[in-house]
Order: sequence, then C-alpha cells, then structure tokens
Amino acid sequence: MKRFLYELSESWKIAAAQMRSNLTRSTLTALGVIIGIIAVTLMGTAVSGISIGFDKSMAVLGDDVLYVTQWPWKRVDDWWNYRDRKKIKTEYAETLNRMIAATPNSKLIIAVPTSNLMRSVKYGGNQVDNVFVLGTTSDFIITSTIDCTAGRFFNDLESRGGANVVVIGYDVADALFPAQSPIDKQVLINGQLFKVVGVNTRQGTFLGLFSWDSMVAMPLGAFNKYFSAKTESDVRVKVKDKTQLEEARDELTGLMRRVRGLPPEKKDDFSINEQQAFKSTLDPVKNSIAIAGLFITGLSLFVGAIGIMNITFVSVKERTKEIGTRKALGARRRTILLQFLIESTALCLFGGFVGLLFAYLMCFGIGKAFPSFPIHFSVGLVLISMLVSILTGLFSGFAPAWTASRLDPVTALRYE
Amino acid sequence: MNPIHTRPAGQVVIDIENITKEYVMGEEVVRALRGVTLQIRRNEYIAIMGPSGSGKSTLMNMLGCLDTPTSGRYEFNGKNVAEMDDDELAAVRNREIGFVFQTFNLLPRSTSLRNVELPLIYAGIEPEQRIERATQVLADVGLADRIHHKPNELSGGQRQRVAIARALVNEPSIILADEPTGNLDSKTGEEIMELLEDLYERGNTIILVTHERDIAAHARRTVHLRDGLIENDHAGFIPQLDLPAEIATAKST
Repeated sequence: MKRFLYELSESWKIAAAQMRSNLTRSTLTALGVIIGIIAVTLMGTAVSGISIGFDKSMAVLGDDVLYVTQWPWKRVDDWWNYRDRKKIKTEYAETLNRMIAATPNSKLIIAVPTSNLMRSVKYGGNQVDNVFVLGTTSDFIITSTIDCTAGRFFNDLESRGGANVVVIGYDVADALFPAQSPIDKQVLINGQLFKVVGVNTRQGTFLGLFSWDSMVAMPLGAFNKYFSAKTESDVRVKVKDKTQLEEARDELTGLMRRVRGLPPEKKDDFSINEQQAFKSTLDPVKNSIAIAGLFITGLSLFVGAIGIMNITFVSVKERTKEIGTRKALGARRRTILLQFLIESTALCLFGGFVGLLFAYLMCFGIGKAFPSFPIHFSVGLVLISMLVSILTGLFSGFAPAWTASRLDPVTALRYE
Repeated sequence: MNPIHTRPAGQVVIDIENITKEYVMGEEVVRALRGVTLQIRRNEYIAIMGPSGSGKSTLMNMLGCLDTPTSGRYEFNGKNVAEMDDDELAAVRNREIGFVFQTFNLLPRSTSLRNVELPLIYAGIEPEQRIERATQVLADVGLADRIHHKPNELSGGQRQRVAIARALVNEPSIILADEPTGNLDSKTGEEIMELLEDLYERGNTIILVTHERDIAAHARRTVHLRDGLIENDHAGFIPQLDLPAEIATAKST
C-alpha cells in the first residue's frame, strides 16, 4: 500500500516534469480537451439554464391551481371532439364559488375567472404590441404568484365596478415609461384609457414562454365592456392542499358537471388541467435538447481524448528505453501502467481546468451581455467537468499505458 | 594493473544448469544459448566475454532476470527464477541486481539524487530514508557535490558514477555491468574500472560483460562464450591462449 502511494506520487512528479519539458506539445494536445470541456460545460450550463427557465415559467402557473378550460393542455389527436365543446364562461366562477362555500370540507378554496386576448398598449409616443391582456377579478392574486414592485393589484371595489384600471407587467412598464413612474398614468388600450395602479415584479422571460412581464391585467367588468371580440376564458381554482391535488380535481370535476348539468352517462365537456400536465409534455422536449446537445459537444471532447491518446502513444514510443531502464530497476507492470495513465490524466485535468476557466469567463460574459439568456454555472457542474476530465484521461491513456506496461524489458532496453 | 588481491568466494548466488534460449526470427529459430552451466559465488569478480553473436547478451539478460530461459534451471539465491512471472522478476531485479549500462540509462530530466532514489521508490522505502541512502551512496562514488545536477550537467564519467550509485543503492547481491566503459574515453574508463575494483574490495559481487580484454583483465575470473556455449572458464588473469602475441598486444592498446 505504502509502495503504491510512493509510486503514485512519483508518477505525478514525472507527469508534471514531462508536461513542463514538452510544454508546446502538451499545450497543443491539451487544447483538444480544453475545447471539448468548454463545449461540454457551456452546453451543461445551457441545459441547466433551460431547465431552470422551464421551471420558472411553470411556476407562473402555480402548483396548487387547477385550470378549467375547453381544451386540454396536451396534444390531442381527436381535436374534433374538443372543438364543439361549449366555451368556458367567466360566470362559472361565481357558481363554483357558491358551490364551494356550500360544500363542507371542500378541497377547493376559490374559483377565479380569467379572459384574455392580445392587444397593443400605448402611452404617449411609446407603444408595445402583442401584450397579453387579462381580465379577471381582484381574487386573482390569491391564485397567482404575482407580486407588485410598485403600486398594488386592483382592489375588490375596482373589480366589482369594472373600473378602468390596469396592473402592468415589468417589460410593458419599462417600454412605456422608460424614465418615469407608471403609477397613476393613463395608458391607451383599444382606444380606451386605463389608469395604471401597479407594476409587477420582474419575472424574466424564457424562450417565448408565457411570462407576467409582458402582461396587462384589468377588472373583468372593464374587459367585457371593451373587448367584446372572441376572447378565451378559463376558470382557475386554487386548492387547499397541493398534496391532495387528485381529490381536489375529482371534486372540481363533480362541481363542473353540475354547472354544465351533465347527466351521468355523458362524458365531461371541459378539461381540468394542472401545471404537472404541462410539465410532462415539456419534459421530453427538455430532455431531448439536453441529450442531443451533450452528445454533440461530447464528440468534441472525444476528439480531444483521441489527441491525448495519440500523444501518449508517442510518449511511450519515445521513452521505450526509459521504460526498459525502469523495468530493469524493478518497476512492475502496474508501476508503468500507472505512470502513463497519470500522465494522460494530468494532461486532461490541466485541459479540463483551463477549459472550465474559459467556460466560466464565457458564461460570465454571456450573462452580462444577454441577461435573459438562460445560463447556469454551478459547483456541481465544476465537479462533473473535473470528473469528466479525469475519466477522459483514463480512457485515452489506457491503451498506450497498457502497451507500455507489457513491453519486454530486453526489447525496450535495446530500443534506440 | 593486474589484480593483486582475490577475496575468498562465498556461497553460490547464481546457479545455472544447462540453460538454453531460443528465439523465433521470422521462419528461423535462433538458438542463442545452447546449454550453459555456470555458478557464480558471492564475492566473485567475473568477466563474461565473447564476440558478438556468441550469446553474451542473452546470457546477461538471463543473469539479470530480464528474460527467462527456454529450458534449464536457474536459481538465484536458491530461488527458482526460471519460472517466475513478470512482477516476481521485477522484484528480484529491484532487490538483488544492480544494473550498470553502457549508455548509463539515466532519466534525463531527473537530478542525480532522483535517479539514485528510483530503485528505492520501487522497493517502497520511506521518503526520508530514500534521500538519506541515495545521498550516502552518491558520496561513496565521489559525487557528494553533484547530487542536484541533472545528467546533462555531468561528464560521462560522472554519469556512469551516478548509474553505479543507482545500482548500489538497494544493496544488491550482484552488480551486473554491461560494457560499463564502452561509451567513455580510456582515461575515464580506467577511473570507472578503479571504482568497480574499489566496490569489489568493499564486498560487492561483480559481473562484467565486455568484449574488451583489458577491461576483462580487471576481473578475477573470465568466462568465454562462443556460439551459445561456454568455451572456457578461467580463474585469474586472461590467458592469451588463442591469440598470437602480436594480435593480443595490438588489441590491448
């Protein structure tokens, strides 16, 4: 055991000396691994960034909210069965709330109606297009993770009265009011003036997925008054306990069937969705991005590994006589194997370290230049990269090291 | 220059009986050794001579446990070497045999101290002890002030001294020197031979492989090989038996 440790430390010293004396060659060879590690690490940061972005967007939906909609949140092949379903009406919310209040031990808390469409929002010379305009009640904040940086969400009174007030998303506020506070200013939507009462906290956008940042919310009364065009309406229902989501879902299904007056033999003519359903359709997408990305970047690391393998073979060839001498002095096969494995591993670790440094700087740069780009550099990633470097070194060094350890001492000593 | 003093031989270190070695070269089978029987005792100073192709190198590889015989018996300190595997042979080479090569075979990027330390690392000796012993042995060969020099900062004679120190450091049973003066000028060569003489007087067993008569003349016993067989095995100086006087004189100058 002790002997093994001495051989190990000896091998590290030799590897370091070897790298120092062949500096150009070592650097050029390590370059392959450096590029490989940069590619893999950047892909890793992007993959975990995408994952975090997805989760963030998912969080908007809330994990304790059920959505009553006409269409299910998944791909359907028999779309004709859904097309003719009756629209979800905002009035259902009131009916549902009455039913919830009348049910002892209901798993549900409150139902909130929402209607939405896309409109432009103007203030002075500034205009933002394709803003998601949401009509809802003041209860909306109960079902949502929404939060105001400035001002407040509209209150019960404004909600019931259908007042011309809006709460605007961070990006909307930023575009319309670059240099002043939006609170109490009048913005123009669909030719109508609305008073800004609040601005949402910034949430960050991601790959065009839905974000509160580009949204405007107003009382449902006002919404219905001015936007009579085709609007999409949902009812969102907050549940008491997210661990009892299934029971809550069953209860809501029962209530909705009563609202729709469905006899027992008829199928549901509405869909009840939750965040999880959305997640499970997105997860395969996320995973295939990760696998494809890591595979492609892994190839570049593989090319780097072949470079290391090649140079280790050259090193074995060059030092055949030295191997013979070492064997004559009592080096065992294991000793020689270890020595060359450590040389290739040291080279890969060096490459990995430099690569990681570059990757970190690049992440830092990208993060500064494009703050919204999802990139995530973590300690776990550093450890994984180092581990990958070591494995690459062992992988690429094994064949040459094995060859070296099997050399016949007589032949090796005679080699010139 | 002739040796004056011969120390009494001790117990048998190397016991070879009827060993053969065959190589396959292409289609041909080369019989490098064709039945060699030899005993070498502790405290001997023996020269193995022979022209190229005589099997001299093959015998040396065999004696040095770098290779195993095709047939025959080889016992080293009573242990059967002929049937050892690679790692067991490595252990014997490490502890029992000190190699001195014609081309020195020092590790070019390591200091004298590190070169001499190497066999101790393979033997699993503690770092402090390694440095102590390597330093001591380097001082013994007259290189106390050169321990931190690398081979390219040393003269040929100094390099061979480092190599000899490396051979000595594990206190081996035999020192196996293969043409130790072959890459040195005659004056430096003489100095190296004096060092070997000195080591012999200090109690080492030396096997010298050479084709030069005046180098072999330092040994107390000479074995001549020819065509894979021992031609003759003499105690004392080399008798000028098979050469006319003028050729012998010409060779030794």
